[in-house]
Amino acid sequence: MHAALVKKLIIAVVGMFAFAFALVPLYDVFCEVTGLNGKPDMEAAQASSLVDESRMVDVSFITQTKQGVPFSVKAKQFSVAVKPGEMSELVFVAKNLSEYQRVMQAIPSVSPGKAAKYLHKVACFCFDRQPFEPNQEVEFKLVFYVDTELPQDVQELTLSYAIFDISDVALARDDAKTEPYKG
Amino acid sequence: MRISKFAYLLTFLLLSPLTLANSDYNMRKGVTDVSHSVYELHMTIFLICCVIGLIVFSVMFWALIKHRKSKGAVAAQFHESTKVEIVWTAIPFLILVIMAIPATKTLIAMEDTSKADITIKVTGSQWKWHYEYLGHDVDFFSVLSTPLSQVNNEEEKTETYLLDVDKPLVIPTNKKVRFLMTSDDVIHSWWVPDFAVKKDANPGFINEAWTKVNEEGIYRGQCAELCGKDHGFMPVVVEAVSPEKFEQWLTEQQLAKTEAVKEAEALLSQTLSKEELMTEGQTVYMGYCAACHQPTGLGLPGVFPGLKDNAVVKGELDEHIDVLLNGRPGTAMQAFAKQLTVKQIAAVITYKRNSWGNDTGEVIQPSQVQAFIDKTSGE
Amino acid sequence: MSTQVQSSEHAHEEHLTGIKRWLFTTNHKEIGSLYLIFSLVMFLIGGAMAMVIRAELFQPGLQLVDPHFFNQMTTVHGLIMVFGAVMPAFTGLANWMIPMMIGAPDMALPRMNNWSFWILPFAFAILLASLFMEGGGPAFGWTFYAPLSTTYSNDNTALFVFAVHIMGISSIMGAINVIVTIVNLRAPGMTWMKLPLFVWTWLITAFLLIAVMPVLAGAVTMVLTDKYFGTSFFDAAGGGDPVMFQHIFWFFGHPEVYIMILPAFGIISTIVPTFSRKKLFGYSSMVYATSSIAFLSFIVWAHHMFTTGMPLAGELFFMYATMLISVPTGVKVFNWVATMWRGSISFEIPMMFSIAFIVLFTLGGFSGLMLAITPADFQYHDTYFVVAHFHYVLVTGAVFSIMAAVYYWLPKWTGHMYCITTAKWHFWMSLISVNILFFPMHFVGLAGMPRRIPDYALQFADFNAIISIGGFAFGLSQLIFVWCVFKCARGGESVPAKVWDGAEGLEWEVPSPAPLHTFSTPPEVK
Repeated sequence: MHAALVKKLIIAVVGMFAFAFALVPLYDVFCEVTGLNGKPDMEAAQASSLVDESRMVDVSFITQTKQGVPFSVKAKQFSVAVKPGEMSELVFVAKNLSEYQRVMQAIPSVSPGKAAKYLHKVACFCFDRQPFEPNQEVEFKLVFYVDTELPQDVQELTLSYAIFDISDVALARDDAKTEPYKG
Repeated sequence: MRISKFAYLLTFLLLSPLTLANSDYNMRKGVTDVSHSVYELHMTIFLICCVIGLIVFSVMFWALIKHRKSKGAVAAQFHESTKVEIVWTAIPFLILVIMAIPATKTLIAMEDTSKADITIKVTGSQWKWHYEYLGHDVDFFSVLSTPLSQVNNEEEKTETYLLDVDKPLVIPTNKKVRFLMTSDDVIHSWWVPDFAVKKDANPGFINEAWTKVNEEGIYRGQCAELCGKDHGFMPVVVEAVSPEKFEQWLTEQQLAKTEAVKEAEALLSQTLSKEELMTEGQTVYMGYCAACHQPTGLGLPGVFPGLKDNAVVKGELDEHIDVLLNGRPGTAMQAFAKQLTVKQIAAVITYKRNSWGNDTGEVIQPSQVQAFIDKTSGE
Repeated sequence: MSTQVQSSEHAHEEHLTGIKRWLFTTNHKEIGSLYLIFSLVMFLIGGAMAMVIRAELFQPGLQLVDPHFFNQMTTVHGLIMVFGAVMPAFTGLANWMIPMMIGAPDMALPRMNNWSFWILPFAFAILLASLFMEGGGPAFGWTFYAPLSTTYSNDNTALFVFAVHIMGISSIMGAINVIVTIVNLRAPGMTWMKLPLFVWTWLITAFLLIAVMPVLAGAVTMVLTDKYFGTSFFDAAGGGDPVMFQHIFWFFGHPEVYIMILPAFGIISTIVPTFSRKKLFGYSSMVYATSSIAFLSFIVWAHHMFTTGMPLAGELFFMYATMLISVPTGVKVFNWVATMWRGSISFEIPMMFSIAFIVLFTLGGFSGLMLAITPADFQYHDTYFVVAHFHYVLVTGAVFSIMAAVYYWLPKWTGHMYCITTAKWHFWMSLISVNILFFPMHFVGLAGMPRRIPDYALQFADFNAIISIGGFAFGLSQLIFVWCVFKCARGGESVPAKVWDGAEGLEWEVPSPAPLHTFSTPPEVK
């Protein structure tokens, strides 16, 4: 008499445990739709064809390098004014400050969050892991445009890159593992 | 007579909070339009709750007094009434709608994304704030300046105990200031009650808040999200000054930065005495290191390593400099390359290598630290 | 069929004596007692930690403990009170009362019942033992936000995760047992709308447990793999997001709050009619209100996270949904008041606790409504105002209801009436001290004191001293409770089967003390 009900309840328990993990991809979808946490697309967008000539939007660029992470990444320009729909290019100078091979991963974040889905990146160094030779300096090109659908009240937005050193994971080098942060 | 006294007391209880804004009892009214409307909202909801509570509990206590068994009350038999149930579902709902209207308005006003006059990046890290004036090349750390002796009750506490920093954030009044929040390690939360601004600083992401301060003054707040051991010791201090004074301050900061670079260069050719380095080193140690490694150098076993007889402190100099400059990622050990000057780093290393029974006798000069930096950055 | 199995088991267990009797018991009353005693012990341990916290906060400056230990105290105090005191107490009451209330001989799954209790002491032994490891126990708050609990914690995280897993398994087994018992073992004629409200609220609670405890298990598993197995659910560097942790946690956490209050509603709905000598007003609306609170609890979680940065639409949605909860909660309070209205009220100890519950829980409800208002929440969030709020709903709410239940059913369990004078002392001391303890927290919170800090600015000093005094008094008052219960278990004036003249329900038809086996033949419910 009890077995059938117990079985159903156990299935529910297992289902809810699985649901906790299903929340991970669900959350990403949710973020993409609502711009929660300012998460923009991590995939290359199509080039735009329409340009809204009637207004200008300020886009500024900041990079956030955790203290001790041996990269310096800086946009050559702090801020640009663009028309929605207009394609823009920007150069970032990135340098490996260490004497070892390094791999960098940049995670973008847009503020205000509601503008995140309107900032399209056609080319970005954040789409891939970026390997660096010791002390190498690289120039990255960011190609982007702001969607013409951007809400009227958003007059400025900020694209922030959090810079991470993922050498241990990406290289799995012996020396990187034992002494990952030697100078 | 009794009733009028009661009414007086009641009015006092209800109205006194109104006059107690910015007191030790109530929410601060603050100094921005937003904080004013938040305060009004808070008081409105509070009063509505008081009135509802008063009505419901009056009815209840009336029943408790009048319908007592000891007074001979006989229980009535009713126990259901759909009509009444509908009424007391609908009325609270209507009250909620009335509450929701001003709340929604205030919230929309807070989410204003129009252009700001100045943008400041706020970065939290264990357990200090870093401020960067974007586009103005000014940035600095802001650290608790209340001395440990006050915390440990060895010295009388000053009025701004735990709410003092070495360098406050300076912002102009009557300008829209935008804050971009992020974190270097765990989640922090930047809060200034007088601005009604509280926003989490999440590692890897940015968050946005803004304020427009109406009055000059010094405003104090604290980190509001548990961020580890010294969560209670990372205050926020903001100094709001007139736009003219702000411009002047900004120029001074930029000048000071160039001066500091020159001074550091001059230092490299000098040789400092051990005494000088030890004194400076102790100051730096107490301000930046003692929170974790403890003034005794013994650390907290299992959490923060002790420095007495520590392998790094007594070992290779290069490794010691490296740990100080670049930190130990994945642990609470921060990178101090941007927080301390070359001289301070040399001094604190000298101090650590000659204290608590560490007797290397070494004296480390700023030039040695600089040499290490040059060597590793490949310049 | 099932009753036959039961009786053969009973014959077996009655041979056991001493510790073995308790270790191997499958009797719902004995397991109920075990749960209740365990939760009382945990309540005292968690309370002792609260005393450490209040002693440190008595004056500004650091006096007794260092901040790292202070954080361990707040963390473990929270975990113990939630998972060790309140939840097992309700499970204990469910074990004791549900079979007697629905006319069942025992819980449906007696062996699992034994398991679900006996793994609990191990969970808490692990948690408490972690306090003694090098570097101390969990210090990241009971909410264990990543990355503080992952990258920035020491190895106590592993012990913490293991302990929470065991607690979760215990709760889930308990919940399954409750559901199966209520669904399958009701006495003939006990239709759904005749169920006592305590049974109804527990049934809904059990479904909540089954829905969210696995999510908590998932969350702690992710924390464990993030820390030890290189995943990055909550680490931005690997494509994760620390804010997602909070979403998953509070998806569990908010229903969890109702898990701790719905059975309390059931208890109050049982006691108030008894001492008003009048049927509960609006029985069916009580059932519907409980169900709608349970439903709403799944769509309000993000109100704990307004400051994490959310789109406007999200903030509005969670604000409105949260405000909506006050409607069914209000209905409950109105129904209780209407039950008392024109009743024939007397003030026995359980009734006194219930009245205190209604007033003080509602107070906590009001501050909850204030917290729901997003713009104002930016000022309240993570301050002592929040601490005041959840202690009003959990201490003067859940804990007071548990005490009311104990004073209500203790004579049934032991066959003795407790010493009324002692109980009155306990009530009045608790009532006064609990308000000295928690009420001023509203003030310091509004004035800007953040929660979870070991030291504070001088303007908060006076209130904190008062709060600490209230805290010590409340802590001491609970020793009266322990004494009162202990004495009653040992002896006292005998009571009849129907202890309270206004009481209704099957549990009053069995003798006092309730014999080990009741309703071996199901009663007929008309």
